[in-house]
Amino acid sequence: MKKHLKLLCASTLIFGSLLTTAAKAETADIPSTINWTIPFGVGGGTDVWARFIAPYLTKYIPTHPTVVIKNQPGGGSITGTNLFYKRARSDGSDILGTSASTLFPFMLGDKRVRYNFDKWMPLMASPTGGVVYVQPNLGVKSAADIDKLNGVTLPFGSQGPTRLELPVLMAFEMLGLDVKPVFGMKSRGAGRLAFERGEAKIDFQTTSAYINSVEDLVKNHKAIPLFSLGVMNEDGKIVRDPAFPNLPTFQEVYFQKYGKKPSGNEYTAYSKFLAAGFAFQKVIFIPANTPSDIIHAYQKGIKEMLKDPQFIKDSIVQIGPYKNIVGVNVAQHLQEATKISPELYAWVAKWLKQKFDYSL
Amino acid sequence: MAVLLSALDQILSFTHFIYLLGGVLVGLVVGIIPGLGGIAGMSLLLPFIYGMEPSVGLGMLMGLVAVIPTGDTFTSVLMGIPGSSSSQATVMDGFPLAKKGQAARALSAAFMCSMIGGVVGAIVLSVFILVARPIVLSFSSAELFMLTLLGLSVVAALSGGNIFKGLAACGLGLLVGSVGSAPATGDFRFTLGIDYLYDGIPLVVVGLGIFALPEIISLLVQNKAIASTPNKLGHGLKQGIKDVFQNLPLVGKSSIFGSLVGAIPGLGGSVVDWMTYSFAMNSSKDSSQFGKGEIKGVIAPESANNACASGSMIPTLLFGIPGSGSAAVFLGGMLLLGLQPGVSMITTHLDLTYTIIWSLALANILGAIFCICFTRPISLLTYVKFSILAPIILTLILFAAYQATRSLGDFIVLGVIATIGVLMKDAGWPRPAFLIGFVLSSGAENYFFQSIQFYGYSWFERPGVIIIALLIILGFVLPPILKSRRKAQKDEGQVTEKELPITSITDLVLILLITGAGTYALFNIWDMSTLTKAFPLIAIAIVLFSCIALLIQRYKVKHRKVVTNIRLEACYIVGFFVIACGYYYLGFISTTFVFSLLFLSYLAKASWTKSFIIAFCLVIFLLVMRHIMHIDYPEGFLDPYILTPVDKIF
Repeated sequence: MKKHLKLLCASTLIFGSLLTTAAKAETADIPSTINWTIPFGVGGGTDVWARFIAPYLTKYIPTHPTVVIKNQPGGGSITGTNLFYKRARSDGSDILGTSASTLFPFMLGDKRVRYNFDKWMPLMASPTGGVVYVQPNLGVKSAADIDKLNGVTLPFGSQGPTRLELPVLMAFEMLGLDVKPVFGMKSRGAGRLAFERGEAKIDFQTTSAYINSVEDLVKNHKAIPLFSLGVMNEDGKIVRDPAFPNLPTFQEVYFQKYGKKPSGNEYTAYSKFLAAGFAFQKVIFIPANTPSDIIHAYQKGIKEMLKDPQFIKDSIVQIGPYKNIVGVNVAQHLQEATKISPELYAWVAKWLKQKFDYSL
Repeated sequence: MAVLLSALDQILSFTHFIYLLGGVLVGLVVGIIPGLGGIAGMSLLLPFIYGMEPSVGLGMLMGLVAVIPTGDTFTSVLMGIPGSSSSQATVMDGFPLAKKGQAARALSAAFMCSMIGGVVGAIVLSVFILVARPIVLSFSSAELFMLTLLGLSVVAALSGGNIFKGLAACGLGLLVGSVGSAPATGDFRFTLGIDYLYDGIPLVVVGLGIFALPEIISLLVQNKAIASTPNKLGHGLKQGIKDVFQNLPLVGKSSIFGSLVGAIPGLGGSVVDWMTYSFAMNSSKDSSQFGKGEIKGVIAPESANNACASGSMIPTLLFGIPGSGSAAVFLGGMLLLGLQPGVSMITTHLDLTYTIIWSLALANILGAIFCICFTRPISLLTYVKFSILAPIILTLILFAAYQATRSLGDFIVLGVIATIGVLMKDAGWPRPAFLIGFVLSSGAENYFFQSIQFYGYSWFERPGVIIIALLIILGFVLPPILKSRRKAQKDEGQVTEKELPITSITDLVLILLITGAGTYALFNIWDMSTLTKAFPLIAIAIVLFSCIALLIQRYKVKHRKVVTNIRLEACYIVGFFVIACGYYYLGFISTTFVFSLLFLSYLAKASWTKSFIIAFCLVIFLLVMRHIMHIDYPEGFLDPYILTPVDKIF
């Protein structure tokens, strides 16, 4: 009796697995469950972004796989990304979602980083922009009055010298502003609170935070927007931010102040960190040695997802009025942005040391 | 007013109520299981949130967030494991009450208080949220720094007679809390090149190590049931509710205080329970029973922590700055529902805000009712011989600790902190002082530097700073005066033998260990930049100063010696490390099974059948958690053999 039972079990198992493989063979072999590693905690910006996208991935990837978000926080995303680098399977069942704080430590040569982007392929990048604004009591009405800020010390609530604010701090310096960063803010939101309390005189927020929390301040004359960081167009040029068409970009303000275009080491470093932090604010990666038909299926699904009117509508709320970058462009621009020459690295290291006494 | 009532109408609709109930049930489950909290619960619900009707989705999330501080009381009282960071102070008196056989009393009192605290919190929230904006904005970094000092001053009350022990423990906590990146510069301190330490040590691990493990070890050494002096349970349940009504003023004060502290972003809910605990201690006529099973020690923190969860909605809704861990996740849920926090929450979306507040009140009531229903059967657990429970509790603790960062470091640090905890418990050092130092460490440092950078040295002229400073001084001056008055009335002449300070060999070991750690830290930090090392230097100074004072005391002041079980406890600590390594390297699930089976049948002398059933149930629990909550365990060598077939079936 026992023997029969065993046989029955075994044959059911085998038959069952045959059935499932047969079903899979029809389209590209996309596993039924996709594990999407998010190296941040639940409820954070990257997590919310992924949870917003996940149902659309299920809808548009041909086999409608279940997308499970796996949060693996730690080390400001380094821990989870390291683990993904070490363990991710390349059968299409593992993808990764990153943010600026995944790219920056890599570019700055953080010794905890054990990943590099050669082994991965970016599938999609969601960009964001940002706006710099100041207190109204400084007598500045717009970026045209920027000379009035000469010699005024401007406290600025920042998370840390190597965080998302890094390119913004460089922009401040290039514009000759005397910004005094106060580090240790728990988030950009905490920095905004310091501004609302009047402690900080200058602040900066990414697009969605600016629209939701700062535009009200501007309306009530509690904040004056100065300039936006601009967005990168398809040729890699910085143009005005579609979310803030009336605000000049950093480059315009620089030109207005100095009568020439910004250049030099600092501007190169600024551009790289700006691209990594903002144009590639959020990226979906897949291991590059995943079979090409699976990668194709992903790419096709994502392209269709971007056409979904509901997605487009919600995307404006969640991400801002930006075009998600897909296809060959992503890989190329991303590589350009994250590649730091040894000379540039040395310059950044020296700058951080001199300016903030921070050693890389 | 109309908005208020229409929101009430809304939450009483069937769909809304069902989702709220769902949220409450999930919240209770993740609250009861130690180590899981709002974050785990949210990850369970968030996949359903996107695309939901906002008011229904918010009701569900709120149901979850609201009851976590209710459910987590179970393990705090019954096993001495703080269920989440908000119920650490409950352990102080809740667990001793359970040991006295009064678990049901402690639990029912706690649930009743949670309910009242939650409802009071909701009421405070509904009024305060309309006017809160300017008030919250008036708390600048300077006031926040003073509030952390107020939190730290609680240490004095918790020091149990010997202020130097309290100071040393608190200083060590501050020092341990400063591991990781320095807020003012971003430089890393005391990381010893170990990746795990870069992020700092997780609070969950510290809470489990300092409270739960030492309790388990001492119970194992004694090997009795948790409740060694049986008490009739029937009386307990009603007695607890009676206790609450006898202490209504305390409940009210703690609730209001809790909701206000919750409303201030940046302080966090992990100290509010300690603050109200010490308040209850200072304000009661006879504080001698605190820490030994005083019901007021349960009532105060439990009223405060639910109220605090309500209060923390203010900064979350108004500023998008979450006031606590679960509020952070709630914020994520709001964003997924397409709602942005900000002034609009009290203008265009006021109806939703009131839906949130009503859901909060309703969830608190529902949660408390559920918990009270389960109190009797669950509190019977305390009558089981402890060695039977030990493998279950140990597995739960390791499970909880591993959820912190999911690495071996969680187990090792847990063991190290537990060693400190065991020594402190043995030598009569106040463990809460260590925990408070740890919790407030980063806030104290961060806000201090921020206020100096924003205001220069003029920050201590701010009115808010002066008011809080006066409060702190009052807290130091008032209790001794009151006490000496009472003493004078009682007119106690002679110091009895029992009141002499106690000391033991453990004391000396601990002093030397901490001095060693302090000195090492001093050398380690010496070459860092000023802003990086300033705060740890203060902590080191406190530690070394109080250790020297303790050494002098040891030889100068009359004391009585007590013998402790340090050798046996050391064996258990070593045993813990060995088992923890087993859990990590052999596989969590297989080790749970083998260890429980062997422990129960050889050490606890249970029958093989019984041992097998318990071990098997534990494994099923772990597998269910893994499946539903997508929780990972260390797989080690053996687990893949179990998990692969299991995954095939499901």
